[in-house]
Amino acid sequence: MPKNPNVKRVMVIGSGPIVIGQAAEFDYAGTQACRSLKEEGVEVILVNSNPATIMTDKNIADKVYIEPLTAKVLEQIIEKEKPDSILPTLGGQAGLNLGMELAESGFLASHNVKLLGTTANTIKKAEDRQEFKDTMEKIGEPCAASLVVETVEDGVAFTNTIGYPVVLRPAYTLGGSGGGIAHNQEELESILENGLRLSRVGQVLVERCIAGWKEIEYEVMRDSAGNCITVCNMENIDPVGVHTGDSIVVAPSQTLGDKEYQMLRTSALNIINELEITGGCNVQFALHPTSFEYCVIEVNPRVSRSSALASKATGYPIAKVAAKIALGYTLDEIKNAITGKTYASFEPTLDYCVVKLPRLPFDKFITAKRTLTTQMKATGEVMSICNNFEGALMKAIRSLEQHVDCLLSYDFSNLSVEELKERLKIVDDQRIYVIAEALRKGIDYDTIHEITMIDHWFIDKLAILVEMEQKLSKEPLTIGLLKEAKRIEFPDNVISRLTGIAEADIKQMRYDNGIVAAYKMVDTCAAEFEASTPYYYSVYGSENEAVKTNPPKKVLVLGSGPIRIGQGIEFDYCSVHATWAFAKAGYETIIINNNPETVSTDFDIADKLYFEPLTPEDVESIVNIEKPDGAVVQFGGQTAIKLTESLMKMGVPILGTRAEDVDAAEDRELFDKILEETEIPRAAGGTVFTAEEAKAVANRLGYPVLVRPSYVLGGQGMQIAISDEEIEEFMNIINRIAQDHPILVDKYLQGKEIEVDAVCDGTDILIPGIMEHIERTGVHSGDSISVYPAPTITDTVKEKIAEYTRRLAKALHVKGLINIQFIAIGEDVYVIEVNPRSSRTVPYISKVTGIPIVDLATEVIIGKTIRELGYEPGLQPEADYFAIKMPVFSFEKIRGAEISLGPELKSTGECLGIAKTFNEALYKAFLGAGVDLPKHKQMIITVKDADKGEAVEIGRRFEKLGYTIYATRSTAAALNEAGVKARKVNKISQESPTVMDLILGHRIDLVIDTPTQGRDKSRDGFLIRRTAIETGVNCITAMDTARALVTSLENANDQFTLIDVASI
Amino acid sequence: MKAFLILEDGTVFEGIQIGANKEIISEIVFNTSMAGYLEVLTDPSYAGQAVCMTYPLIGNYGVCREDMEAKRAWPDGFIVRELSRMASNFRKDITIQEFLEEQGIPGIAGIDTRALTKILREKGTMNGMITTNEAYDLKDVLPKLKEYTTGKVVEKVTCSHKYEIKGSEALEQNGPLSGSARFVPEDYAQGKREMRPSITRKLNGTGKKVALLDLGAKDNIARSLAQRGCDVTVYPALTKAEEIIADRPDGIMLSNGPGDPKECESIIKEIRKLYETDIPIFAICLGHQLMALATGADTFKMKYGHRGGNHPVKDLETGRVYISSQNHGYVVDMDKLDPKIAVPAFINVNDGTNEGLSYTGKNIFTVQYHPEACPGPQDSSYLFDRFIKMMEVGKNA
Repeated sequence: MPKNPNVKRVMVIGSGPIVIGQAAEFDYAGTQACRSLKEEGVEVILVNSNPATIMTDKNIADKVYIEPLTAKVLEQIIEKEKPDSILPTLGGQAGLNLGMELAESGFLASHNVKLLGTTANTIKKAEDRQEFKDTMEKIGEPCAASLVVETVEDGVAFTNTIGYPVVLRPAYTLGGSGGGIAHNQEELESILENGLRLSRVGQVLVERCIAGWKEIEYEVMRDSAGNCITVCNMENIDPVGVHTGDSIVVAPSQTLGDKEYQMLRTSALNIINELEITGGCNVQFALHPTSFEYCVIEVNPRVSRSSALASKATGYPIAKVAAKIALGYTLDEIKNAITGKTYASFEPTLDYCVVKLPRLPFDKFITAKRTLTTQMKATGEVMSICNNFEGALMKAIRSLEQHVDCLLSYDFSNLSVEELKERLKIVDDQRIYVIAEALRKGIDYDTIHEITMIDHWFIDKLAILVEMEQKLSKEPLTIGLLKEAKRIEFPDNVISRLTGIAEADIKQMRYDNGIVAAYKMVDTCAAEFEASTPYYYSVYGSENEAVKTNPPKKVLVLGSGPIRIGQGIEFDYCSVHATWAFAKAGYETIIINNNPETVSTDFDIADKLYFEPLTPEDVESIVNIEKPDGAVVQFGGQTAIKLTESLMKMGVPILGTRAEDVDAAEDRELFDKILEETEIPRAAGGTVFTAEEAKAVANRLGYPVLVRPSYVLGGQGMQIAISDEEIEEFMNIINRIAQDHPILVDKYLQGKEIEVDAVCDGTDILIPGIMEHIERTGVHSGDSISVYPAPTITDTVKEKIAEYTRRLAKALHVKGLINIQFIAIGEDVYVIEVNPRSSRTVPYISKVTGIPIVDLATEVIIGKTIRELGYEPGLQPEADYFAIKMPVFSFEKIRGAEISLGPELKSTGECLGIAKTFNEALYKAFLGAGVDLPKHKQMIITVKDADKGEAVEIGRRFEKLGYTIYATRSTAAALNEAGVKARKVNKISQESPTVMDLILGHRIDLVIDTPTQGRDKSRDGFLIRRTAIETGVNCITAMDTARALVTSLENANDQFTLIDVASI
Repeated sequence: MKAFLILEDGTVFEGIQIGANKEIISEIVFNTSMAGYLEVLTDPSYAGQAVCMTYPLIGNYGVCREDMEAKRAWPDGFIVRELSRMASNFRKDITIQEFLEEQGIPGIAGIDTRALTKILREKGTMNGMITTNEAYDLKDVLPKLKEYTTGKVVEKVTCSHKYEIKGSEALEQNGPLSGSARFVPEDYAQGKREMRPSITRKLNGTGKKVALLDLGAKDNIARSLAQRGCDVTVYPALTKAEEIIADRPDGIMLSNGPGDPKECESIIKEIRKLYETDIPIFAICLGHQLMALATGADTFKMKYGHRGGNHPVKDLETGRVYISSQNHGYVVDMDKLDPKIAVPAFINVNDGTNEGLSYTGKNIFTVQYHPEACPGPQDSSYLFDRFIKMMEVGKNA
């Protein structure tokens, strides 16, 4: 069937801010789909509240609305833009839910807008628990015994008939929010109550627990003619019980015979045929480990995290094909872009093994529970490819950038056999390391399998790695042993540690004996057909396929690795734009990255893609083959910056700002010197290594002080200390990981925080705009609400900032991007920190000013000047609208995480509010972040003494809006004294009803709770904040944020001004 | 022990010896299935060939004897990247290493199977030797390799005498091909399970007598018919047409099999006689090629064939595309078809080659691929139902 000619204007819904369970994969899918639609001459109207995405670029879509993703907003955009169709299956669960809402309300029908791809009916059949179950029964596909309940009582009654344990899955939530496994009635009641509230439709599925079964997924495609294929199947090493997003996943399945493989494949096809999916779909199965019994766990009738992984694992562009199917094409009409010979109706076959590891945020939330459950906690993931499983796992481990590089990286050697057996029962991110230790201590496979239910095959593979560790540490390093160690991807530094031979000598031994990495191609067809797309992975002991090219100019772009808190999708945005800009300037481009969720690892972004870990050794192997003319590190976040020194040693010139200058910005002494020379003030401070030194510096400066390690991301480990005790505590935490660089202790200044990104060509600078933070200093810039243009600072301050930026960029010899944070106190401006590289705010400021600063920075790096590029240097004129960037958090997903804002970054994503007035922009930004108030008009205020004055002002404004205010004892007293009516509630330790009961009663819109200093988990405040977050109540921990929220509510308005960002 | 794979073009791969320790010369082919190595090893169509698996990790779930497609393994040799030392499956009988030794099949592991596949893709299928003789001399070996042909292998692989398989009287209730357990929630507490198949299948063949000409048939052809209720009589490849016709079957099934179809001159003659009758005929793979040759069409050898479980074939009548299980090195030449005799019914979506024929004015249809799957996708099992329907029409007529 050819393309449907009636589809001319399509609205694509994005997935909104990055949160746990909904990350960069939807930017990847959305971008690919939009390009696929445009290829067909279709006009694309894109809506997504997330400004850090590539899909919201003007070259990806024709009209771009960075607006809150609510039905109201979408309706207004539809009325304005009049699309003929809407494509909701690319924006994750968020996009799908919105599409459904618009379809169910009749809005789409009344405006003659068609739902493209999978129909509303299908979505309902797949997503509604009861309808799904009925459909599966109808076609004889087994589901675990289950019942959809809407009350806790029904859930308990049903569970009593099927027995514990049971799994609970709320309907229409993402990443399994609010789900879990209940082993007894108490757990059941608690999880169920929470899940019912989080579900969009107030339904939770109570299901027989099939924990311990094999978890297998199939990615399937179906077109409107009913043709179906499976793109890939994947096996979770962690059996059912751990969310697939948090599991170690391998593709293709390793422990399934053809009988099991085909049985589940046929089942998957039966299901999508019955559901009449048109597009991509993910089917998850539980397979009993010792029979052919299986259960369908769930179906996602849309592109998903798993489909992004399957695309990268096979080379099959699921989102692109899904978009073509939505337009009416059938699978046999769509060419396979990798081979150029086969068609999309060909099932990919792999001749390698793919391993995915989750990137879990426990290094960031040290108080959080590490346990893995059916609720996803990973912020991102890494993927690796090798022709053996052991090698793929080893490469994935070192891609994580979590100070791990082998199975010895977490030390459990002090545990006895009995203790290890106990420890194996804990399902967390360290489980494979515990299994490795169990194997070292001689615990047999059967015992490990019985406790973990991990298949013997995987345990044996871990054993092979453990045996290699032992050989390397005991036997002499022969050429044969080295070859075998490299075949299973032991990095040189690990071999060095185990053998005691210097890493350089091992490398030399490899080179002398020709033991070097070879590169093989991901071609969708196991070499059956010639492939035209250079998408490579490394192996040892094989023939190299990476074709040597000798273009006039060749540049290496280093990606940013897995998405984590502090290094998100923004850096992928920068890497991709830099790659495009280099290509435009005639360079051959090479990307190295290991994140399957991103646009940068799409096979047609760079001329060549190497899907590899970003460690010096892995990069060097590629450099040896490609011999690039230069590498660019300033776009790939800290991951790329960290490789600078190694690249220079390999003889690869660093393009743009020199490494010495990057160092000068991080090195305290060098930087102080530069500030002195340029006469720019900063907070007083010093560098230390020990707690004793830190206390000495702090006492000299006077408390409060800011303590932080240098060369880190997103303020990791940064704290405000008010006492010697706190210094002790923070230094302890920082020094748990050996620090290569000194720790900084600075006087804490309180003022307005200002941020700029600028391009410098060595002489001139270009500042697209100045951003001002709503929160005072002390809250990490990435967690602050950021406003462009800066609304409250004077022109004098703006001039000072521009001038300081110019001086700093020149002094640091910046060629390319620079990001600077300032504090403004009155008319005085102090510099906080300087990063001569791309930053989190680059995509945001590019979009709202219309100045493509990554492209400009790339051109500057290549040798153009700002003037040559057609820009007048200096601070650019301000826009006549406001654009406000709002941080978005995923606290509800991480049990036990402290949610209060501070100098350490905690947000996972961001959204934008853009409007003619500050107030409307602010309202939109809150709305985009999911703060949709008022509901019950009841709130709780409990603030520390220093904030009581502001609490009165803010409380008064909320009271005026009709809010009933509850407050704890001293806050209530302060409010009432100032004439703001507040009802006193008891503290948690006092008798019921307490503040907790109030929150759990679900009549509260908002909690304002400013924490007292210090990281004290046991305090009431911590419990209040966690309870609020986990019960879906908005919780604000900074007075500035609270003030902004009340301002936005005072100006709430349903009619929005809509701004097409593509026209800026 | 070291082992070597020497190709006709002089390429030598060094690896380690697996399976039986003997030297073989054979035609080297590759298969791209990611699972189903045992089904590949027991497919008689591989007689006279040594198979290279492109998927690098083989043997992961060991050998489950009930999954064998014939009573013994047929390829001359087995070529893999890595054999798993751990065989993990609840049905496992023995490991793949044990199986290869037991079956007397030599092999080589640890070679760059992707590099080998690329050579075969670029230069075409060629002969090769697997040996553990480190002192091999290419001057002696290469001429021997050039000489090798698979020859009349059908006669080697076919059954020795006629036998019968009774059709099932009830739907199979469990097992991989009949799906899985479906649970009735109320029975849960008691641990009761109602079993029912996930593949929609009916006993639509009850009472039908099918004659299966065994040209090297995979067991699942007869099984697929018997599971639908058909009574199947299996005949050796060299059975005279008259004998089959005299048994008055409702339909005739021509199976898959090994080798160059043109080598089967005498069988082709008998098939011509079957064509002349009005008995409905369904043919797979070699059977499909022989029917074409018997009716005046031609076949040719493809550069490197189709072997795997991922090829799309298009049903030209409905436009639907199915993913198929494939194993063939020869193909029917569509340019030389006489539309008065047969027209293409299926084509390969990738390269446009013929995948099936419909015989004009006859109750005959034939396919190049494998609706019996094992290994590979089960998407085309509906063709057996189509054959049963054809027999019904034939019976009523």
